[in-house]
Amino acid sequence: MSNVVIIGATSAVAQEVAKLHAAERDTLILIGRNATRLEDIQNDLMVRGAADVSILVYDLLEDDKHDELCEQIFEHMIKPDYVYMAHGVLPDQNTCGGNYVAAKAAFNANCLSHISLLIRISTRLKALQAGTLAVISSVAGDRGRKSNYIYGSAKAMLSAYLQGLRNELFAYGVHVLDVKPGFIDTPMTADIEKKGALWATPQKVAEDIITAARKKKNTLYTPWFWFLIMTIIKNIPESIFKRLNL
Amino acid sequence: MVKYEPWGRYPKAEQRAISIVDRYAMLDNDSTWLPFGNGRSYGDSCLNSDGTLVHTQYLNKYLAFDSSTGILRCESGIKFCEIIDTVLPMGWFLPVTPGTKFVTVGGAIANDVHGKNHHVDGCFGHFVVQFELLRSDGTRLICSPTENEALFKATIGGLGLTGLIVWADIQLKPVKSAYLDVETVPYASLDEFRQLSEASKENFVYTVAWVDCLARGENLGRGIFLRANHAEHQGPPQRVKKKLTVPIDFPGRSLNKYTIKAFNHLYYWNGARNAGLSKQHYDPYFYPLDGINNWNRIYGGAGFLQYQFVVPSDNYDAIREIMACIASAGAGSFLAVLKEFGEIPSLGMLSFPRKGVCLALDFPNHGKQTFELLDHLDEYVMAAGGAIYPAKDARMSRQAFQQFFPALDNFRAHVDPAFCSDFWLRVA
Repeated sequence: MSNVVIIGATSAVAQEVAKLHAAERDTLILIGRNATRLEDIQNDLMVRGAADVSILVYDLLEDDKHDELCEQIFEHMIKPDYVYMAHGVLPDQNTCGGNYVAAKAAFNANCLSHISLLIRISTRLKALQAGTLAVISSVAGDRGRKSNYIYGSAKAMLSAYLQGLRNELFAYGVHVLDVKPGFIDTPMTADIEKKGALWATPQKVAEDIITAARKKKNTLYTPWFWFLIMTIIKNIPESIFKRLNL
Repeated sequence: MVKYEPWGRYPKAEQRAISIVDRYAMLDNDSTWLPFGNGRSYGDSCLNSDGTLVHTQYLNKYLAFDSSTGILRCESGIKFCEIIDTVLPMGWFLPVTPGTKFVTVGGAIANDVHGKNHHVDGCFGHFVVQFELLRSDGTRLICSPTENEALFKATIGGLGLTGLIVWADIQLKPVKSAYLDVETVPYASLDEFRQLSEASKENFVYTVAWVDCLARGENLGRGIFLRANHAEHQGPPQRVKKKLTVPIDFPGRSLNKYTIKAFNHLYYWNGARNAGLSKQHYDPYFYPLDGINNWNRIYGGAGFLQYQFVVPSDNYDAIREIMACIASAGAGSFLAVLKEFGEIPSLGMLSFPRKGVCLALDFPNHGKQTFELLDHLDEYVMAAGGAIYPAKDARMSRQAFQQFFPALDNFRAHVDPAFCSDFWLRVA
């Protein structure tokens, strides 16, 4: 019976992660912006067997509230075993590629807000000398491509940050998992028509995340074949890569 | 446009599809809609090739469960397999289940599904306490036997045409274990089936028979009768078997009357060998085919037609004639399923189950000859005053449908003007 914090709890993957923990009779805190949706998820998890589920309604992009949010989390839960961070937005490269304000917002939504929270939460976990942080980054961070390099560079920064944090927290017994999913079939991508074999269900991704968090894996590519795909993509010489349409 | 095929893989359609994002979302009015759960309808009742399918996969939340009364409130895209996993440890089970656990709650209501306990409990619709229906004009209606009663009765068995079921309250059934006490009785003829059904209906909640459809003459109707009740105590722990998958389409005629005949013989022989009492886990008992992923591929790319009909029980001659006709055509396939429905009247205007004897079997799609045979069988069903199950159908005529479902005109008034299906265009 673990204690679980889920930040960005209304995301499709986060919901599936929460379901799996609920079936294990765990205690959960859900954090997100939309109170109605959080309440629906709370009720769902209670039926699925969760020991207890509480909700904290916060807009995660407002970093001036992060101190307060962190206080709240640790007031509700003295010792979290797992902290998942799943919020984020897939920005349109065409919009933010030529517009710094939009690009900055995308960096905030996909990386800076994570770092702001991680700084605060990791301090607490360091003091507790326990816990696992599982943060959803993306395969897009492995190499910049013209079709989505604002998102990609945000995730590259996040992944590099997680590497450093893992290194620092290791001595304190706190683990950091960097989750790199590929394409996920979520309501945000509800237009089913463009989907093919590379698309994974949120259920599958959630199962992989939970297994990796339990096994204290450092980096998870999910589904596994993204490891192969990204190994190839990372190894294409830049002199060739810059000519490709990716 | 995406390629869709129903569970029977006939007919196939290219069409638009979207997912409804959550239970607060609305439907635009730039298309016609058809809710799509998990695609387990066998024919074109789950296709809408001129319009758009609305996947309900993200309507997958429980809203509440009262473990003292067993009333579960859940969104309509949730599947039966998930409900069992959640409620069985608390001592509850589905009140009625079809032969697959991969159907959604919405699909179960829209087809008013039945199970092996029809003679005792009726259909799934009898356990629907109420539901919320989203209409294309944006209204959301609570429907129950006392509120919006006509729309309630139109939606149960209404093939998704009256609007989108968003969530429903379902009355579950208390059980003491995950197991069933099963008695297997081989029998030699249709008369024996009839006697067994009669003798079992008082003391067994679940009754069904597997029939060898290729047996002719005095063996006509022979099969294995299975009768069962929920067990008081757990059985031996279930071994977790690796799920089998049919990885590719079988070539066209790998299922022919010789291979099928051999299989049916073996099955009968095996059933006779295992006659008697046993304790079975619910999964292999209720869902034997769910253990094989994509079993519908064994019929090849052309697919198959499932033929399921009911005829009044005082008319065993009709079922005898139909079975003789199937056996002499040598066209029937694997194990057919035979079951006596009970007297509880179905709630839905277009519900299929009614008092009588019901037979279901698959026919590999061999084109014209298969369709002609089924049209011929329709004549017997019509003459006997029976009906064909829309959830399994891909070919019945307009005239047949209108005879089988006399409440059709009444039903029409409740169809949402922006909802449609290929089945509906074909028969109504």
